[in-house]
Amino acid sequence: MTEHPLHPRLPFDMKPRAALAAEDALLQQFIFTATHEKDRGRVRVCQRAFGERYDALRGLAGAIKQHTLDHLDSYLERFIDRAEAAGARVHFAADAEQANAIGARIAEAHGCRLCVKSKSMVTEETGLVPVLERLGVEVVETDLGEFIIQLDHDAPSHIVTPMIHKDRRSVARAFVRELGAEYTEDPERLTRIAREHMRTKYRRADLGISGANFLVAETGSIVLCTNEGNADFSVSGPPVHVVFAGIEKVVPALRHLAVFLKLLARSATAQEQTVYTTIITGPRRPADHDGPGEVHVVLVDNGRTEILRAPTRELLRCIRCGACLNACPVYRKVGGGHAYGAVYSGPIGAVITPLFKGIENYPDLPRASSLCGACFEACPVKIDLPRQLVWLRRESVEQKVTRWRERLMYRLWAATLERPWAFGLARFLQRWLLRWRARSRDSGSQGQRESPLDPRWMTALPGPGRGWTECRDLLAPPSGTFRKWWRSRGRGAESKGGGP
Amino acid sequence: MVKVLEFLGHEVVFPRRQTCCGQPMYNNGFHGEARALARRMIDVFEGHETVVTPSASCAAMVRKHYAELFAGSDTERRRAEQLAARTFEFVELLTKVLEVDFRALGARWPGSATYHYSCHSRDIGLTDETIRLLSRIDGLEYRPLERLEQCCGFGGTFAINYPRISGEIVRDKVACIAKTGAGTVICSDAGCALNIAGACHRLGVDVAFKSAAELLAEGLGLLARVERGA
Repeated sequence: MTEHPLHPRLPFDMKPRAALAAEDALLQQFIFTATHEKDRGRVRVCQRAFGERYDALRGLAGAIKQHTLDHLDSYLERFIDRAEAAGARVHFAADAEQANAIGARIAEAHGCRLCVKSKSMVTEETGLVPVLERLGVEVVETDLGEFIIQLDHDAPSHIVTPMIHKDRRSVARAFVRELGAEYTEDPERLTRIAREHMRTKYRRADLGISGANFLVAETGSIVLCTNEGNADFSVSGPPVHVVFAGIEKVVPALRHLAVFLKLLARSATAQEQTVYTTIITGPRRPADHDGPGEVHVVLVDNGRTEILRAPTRELLRCIRCGACLNACPVYRKVGGGHAYGAVYSGPIGAVITPLFKGIENYPDLPRASSLCGACFEACPVKIDLPRQLVWLRRESVEQKVTRWRERLMYRLWAATLERPWAFGLARFLQRWLLRWRARSRDSGSQGQRESPLDPRWMTALPGPGRGWTECRDLLAPPSGTFRKWWRSRGRGAESKGGGP
Repeated sequence: MVKVLEFLGHEVVFPRRQTCCGQPMYNNGFHGEARALARRMIDVFEGHETVVTPSASCAAMVRKHYAELFAGSDTERRRAEQLAARTFEFVELLTKVLEVDFRALGARWPGSATYHYSCHSRDIGLTDETIRLLSRIDGLEYRPLERLEQCCGFGGTFAINYPRISGEIVRDKVACIAKTGAGTVICSDAGCALNIAGACHRLGVDVAFKSAAELLAEGLGLLARVERGA
């Protein structure tokens, strides 16, 4: 791919990537199987664990996060105070550049050469890895999925399962090419190869980088949830641990954390808990056997305070579980995350990417949705994603990102609907036009059932109907209408004022 | 719908000045226009005891979004909430409000049918009401649809603006329908029906489409049964 999957030229056009994915049957199958199984699994494990209270628990989690966001300044201050009291150093980065510069400064100050890094969406967002690499630091992704992505010079396509778009064969080829391993498609042997490779890196690394699933204000702690234990390796061996975390990751206290830990793994991967859940408070203490001598927490804003504005604030509740991606029929059909042209994909990406990077740069994202609401139902913190998509569409209209032809069309359409006579005329014309079209072009071509007097199906329409008939036919309106039938019953149509 | 409601002893009126609830404008971000249409709807249906629509989509618009459109005005918001409180989707009205038992009424409809659960049914809190209703009709063999909860890909202008993505989604729906082997699909939302029936016709899946209202009217002998192939 000539263009970077997650950092494309702007404005970004989703359609070519979606069309490419539609041609790729194998890709469609991977993504469907993975997302559908996880989505069904989520429903199953949550029903089993919470039953009728599932919805209430989502409401509680959402309310806790919303409360924290409503008082974000004071909770962040508390987190900073407590984390520093525990011996961590906390930095604030207004944007990606600042965040990377802080990371780079720490690496330089310690003369770091080899960095082991656990999975972190916010470092993807800021583009930290290339910055460190330019300084001569070798960065090894230690999450197995991210490791494979890095090895294959690819980019993650899912918030939680980054290599959802890849198959075993491409992994095997990358291992042969990049690690000099023997060719194998056996997942266990592939994992073993990766593990051997990573162990040598862990032993030699002088810098550990991680994200944070949560920050706990009460204790100044960082919470890391993984299935592979790679975050624990990454941050306990090297002398320096740098945490990159969005400012929205904070929760008030450990008792609130419990609510999120109940929901995170179940929503993300249909597990009861992640295999490893680690709470880190400050650097190594004198009695500790291991752990870093220094812990730095980089709190990243990078557009988040803008999203904190009232109508979009709820988006910052997101705990990056990926449940909305797994539930989304569009995500499944566009070949996964790369079609969104940004680090965050799926329904949550479709709303936060335009907010981070400008609606004018991502005009498709809020529009490419049927607003089916599956994401809202899956969301463990009850973010009303359809409502947010609609809100962005409104912004598109108001900022004139929506093309003028379209704006004119909707206004004419609305003006017609406001006038019963115009509405009647428009219905008449539409019926007449479609029936005429069906009769003159398509009638009878599709089979025996059709009579020339009652044309039925249109298989190829011009203009705005062309897209529709690419994939399906259109039924012509019947000759009779409900209104005609209602009048034919020959009685007053309205309780007030009477009819014809 | 009119015939079934009258059969049940209700007086039905159709305010002829009604046009559209404004959902297309709302969904596409034209909220000023949507507000004007909502205001019209509230006026047109003023004074009517209960408002019923065969489409969950229209019901969802009135119920979920009207009040939000009038957030700036207490009086208008209250009127919007009043309309929302007395607006129902047809099956919802039959099952949750009127609690009609169609078996007791002798409804009979021999044949096999499956059911498309529209996304807006979920929006207004409906789950398996239609399926339970179908189970009360004599002779009807209900065939469960795989991936019932998955969208058909219509989404209004989504199907026009992103026809390929929408087309891929509806293809899945057609495959699930074909797998049931049912002769009829019960689908009460016109948008979904237009989309799924169009895709069934294109892909050669021969199945009839009916709304729940149509099926009930036929089952009660109020409407001559038609076998419309897709």
